[in-house]
Amino acid sequence: MPTYVRTEKCDGCKGQDKTACMYICPHDLMKLDKDGTDTGHAMKAYNQEPEQCWECYSCVKICPQQAIEARHYADIVPLGGSVQPLRGTDSIMWTIKFRNGTMKRFKFPIRTTPEGSIDPYAGKPEADLSKIDEPGFFVSCNGYRAGDPSELICK
Amino acid sequence: MAGEFGNPEVIEEEVDILLIGGGMACCGAGYEIMRWIEAAKKEGHDLTVKLVDKAAMDRSGAVAQGLSAINTYIGPEQDPADYARMVSNDLMGITRDDLTYDLGRVVDESVHLFEEWGLPIWKTDENGERFDGSKGLPPLAEGGKPVRSGKWQIMINGESYKWIVAEAAKKALGTENIDERIFIVKLVNDKNDSNRVAGAVGFSTRENKVIVYKFKACLLAAGGCVNLFRPRSVGEGQGRAWYPVWNAGSTYAMAAEAGAELTLMENRFVPARFKDGYGPVGAWFLLFKAKAINAFGEVYMDRNKEMLDDYPPYGQAAVPASCLRNHLMLHEMKEGRGPIYMDTVTALANLRETLSPREVKHLEAEAWEDFLDMCVGQCGVWVGENIEPEKKNSELMPTEPYLLGSHSGCCGIWVSGPTDVGAPTDEAEPGVPDHLPKGWNWGYRSMTTVKGLFTAGDGVGASGHKFSSGSHAEGRMAAKSMVKFCIDNKDWTPELDTSVEDLVAEIYQPVKTYLEYKDYTTAIDVNPNYITPRMLQFRLQKIMDEYVAGVATYYTTNATMLEVAEEKLAMLKEDALKMRAKDLHELLRAWENYHRILTAEAHMKHIQFREESRYPGFYYRADKNFIDEDNWKCFVNSIYDKKTHTWTVFKRAHKDLVDKSKLFK
Repeated sequence: MPTYVRTEKCDGCKGQDKTACMYICPHDLMKLDKDGTDTGHAMKAYNQEPEQCWECYSCVKICPQQAIEARHYADIVPLGGSVQPLRGTDSIMWTIKFRNGTMKRFKFPIRTTPEGSIDPYAGKPEADLSKIDEPGFFVSCNGYRAGDPSELICK
Repeated sequence: MAGEFGNPEVIEEEVDILLIGGGMACCGAGYEIMRWIEAAKKEGHDLTVKLVDKAAMDRSGAVAQGLSAINTYIGPEQDPADYARMVSNDLMGITRDDLTYDLGRVVDESVHLFEEWGLPIWKTDENGERFDGSKGLPPLAEGGKPVRSGKWQIMINGESYKWIVAEAAKKALGTENIDERIFIVKLVNDKNDSNRVAGAVGFSTRENKVIVYKFKACLLAAGGCVNLFRPRSVGEGQGRAWYPVWNAGSTYAMAAEAGAELTLMENRFVPARFKDGYGPVGAWFLLFKAKAINAFGEVYMDRNKEMLDDYPPYGQAAVPASCLRNHLMLHEMKEGRGPIYMDTVTALANLRETLSPREVKHLEAEAWEDFLDMCVGQCGVWVGENIEPEKKNSELMPTEPYLLGSHSGCCGIWVSGPTDVGAPTDEAEPGVPDHLPKGWNWGYRSMTTVKGLFTAGDGVGASGHKFSSGSHAEGRMAAKSMVKFCIDNKDWTPELDTSVEDLVAEIYQPVKTYLEYKDYTTAIDVNPNYITPRMLQFRLQKIMDEYVAGVATYYTTNATMLEVAEEKLAMLKEDALKMRAKDLHELLRAWENYHRILTAEAHMKHIQFREESRYPGFYYRADKNFIDEDNWKCFVNSIYDKKTHTWTVFKRAHKDLVDKSKLFK
């Protein structure tokens, strides 16, 4: 389903130059209609190319107003269902509604560390320039698999 | 001065190393490279780096939506040689063992980092019961046991996989060294050495700005190619490609134009997936033990299993090659025994008998999470069609073809491999152009045949099955090499072979065309002076679908059909110069589609050159419908001449560096 923006809920990210959905869309689909010439709704975002939407939900998950939802591909899917997430800092909640009204709810973890907490080189050694030609990386995290040398039949 | 739509601002920048792309490969490179740059600085080499991404790194590349599994994790119990053997057989015997073996040695290092950074990885406890990644069981690096959904795959709670990996890369690189929403359109060769890269040019999709970068080395890792064939869904659903719709073949096209040698561009991947939503099947087959059946409930892999013997030895391994599994499925469809179903009902009923009550409760959630983590669109199909997997089976379907080098495909660029695994140092096949390297390594791991041009992930050919973790690790390998390359070339200064003025004019030509002709007609989309990028894409997809073995012909072509395609593609390539761009968004689409055309042309030329059907189930040449081990168990490689717009296609000898017969014992 391509995503769509609920007119009442979108606040155009409060008049900033670029909205959260524009920032995140991997395919450059979300657009802020600054003066309303494209949609009739000034300072609100919209999906400018729905037939190119991967339904990756990046915009749905990031929207601070929860103004973005998805209506599944009209050329494939019968109407009436919905799949809507609420993404928190350590988990995501999904509310799933079937065409026949059946509801399901799921919650899954998304990360085990606080967002923004990664310190990429903390506790890691410096690179040793004399080893730049050797296999492996600047740091080993107990994942190097040296292999049985006899397997290499041309060596 | 801010630019205008018809007159963009031009910015020139010089760095030592440019990373093109923001997916797993460039995130890996970004993480690894800063440490080596620090080390180089201490020795007096001050190197600068910049990463450019056409999207936002938090959600760019193939992992943007998330993933429910990491498909390449070797583990302490398996050998890199086992991995190299599996990759080789799945890709019908023709892969570079040096590249796959090398990757197998190091890929787990990246997986262990992901877990350290916060990626939840499923575990089994001492009783064999499985838990999600938030449970706090020991990490993999300390002996924690992953949940294997297959010999090489481990399950994760991966909704934020890319977000986490990007956070590490962004922190390592520093935001000042990252430009987002810049689409690189072409590489520029060196003025004094046509086989060397000296720069790249692209534009901002947000402001009227063209950026010309000069550099000593660059990592081109901009994904595979999607939507070069007409997709099965042609309305809104065409966005629901299996691989990300924003992968436009930029890696292959830009490398080819820079003169890089491509390899196995005839290879493609046609995944058999849940119909229309293209949801993943791996967990259903491997974790939930479901079977695929025909309309009559028969398991076609059993019913048709003698067909695997037609392609020895590749059909006879414990896990037959992916294309051959498609081959058996297509047989059912052609014989009129479709639709094909994933028998989810029986699989879940069977599992309920063997699992603990807690696990049964989790089972339904696991099945849904498999889609929600990486392919929400499939859930959309299920809710719209009232499909609950324990009550109703779901259809499977082979998709339109995709070109990629990191998943179950192996097209891409010919790169320099490791020197310590016994790779050939000479070339046994005649006909390789003189200026190209002879053996499988030429000094810098992951460098293409063009000096200074490196690649990773989908860019590296002849070594599939890297997936997300392998692409990250490959980016890290390239990062090290590029630092070495820059140190070795410290006194070299890049000079572009084309003037900045000409580059800017070329990139903004679709805008100029639009502004010049838009008022000629009353409706801007129908105009004899230009073609919209959207229509150009439809034309490409129609040609590829109907003549180059798309779904329209059940993936079948022949020499005459390829000749027709060749003529039509040549005219399409000419017309691509007449694309219009009415805004920056359309300028992005214009150049993406130009990249798709060159990638498609390479694909067609390679299929034409390889006079056999190496990948039954992915494509068939009806006029050469056999595998010819005597003449064609070799690489098919090519180079493109950007001045004459022509391809030179040639063979390179294949060699096994690990013993493949172990697969069949």
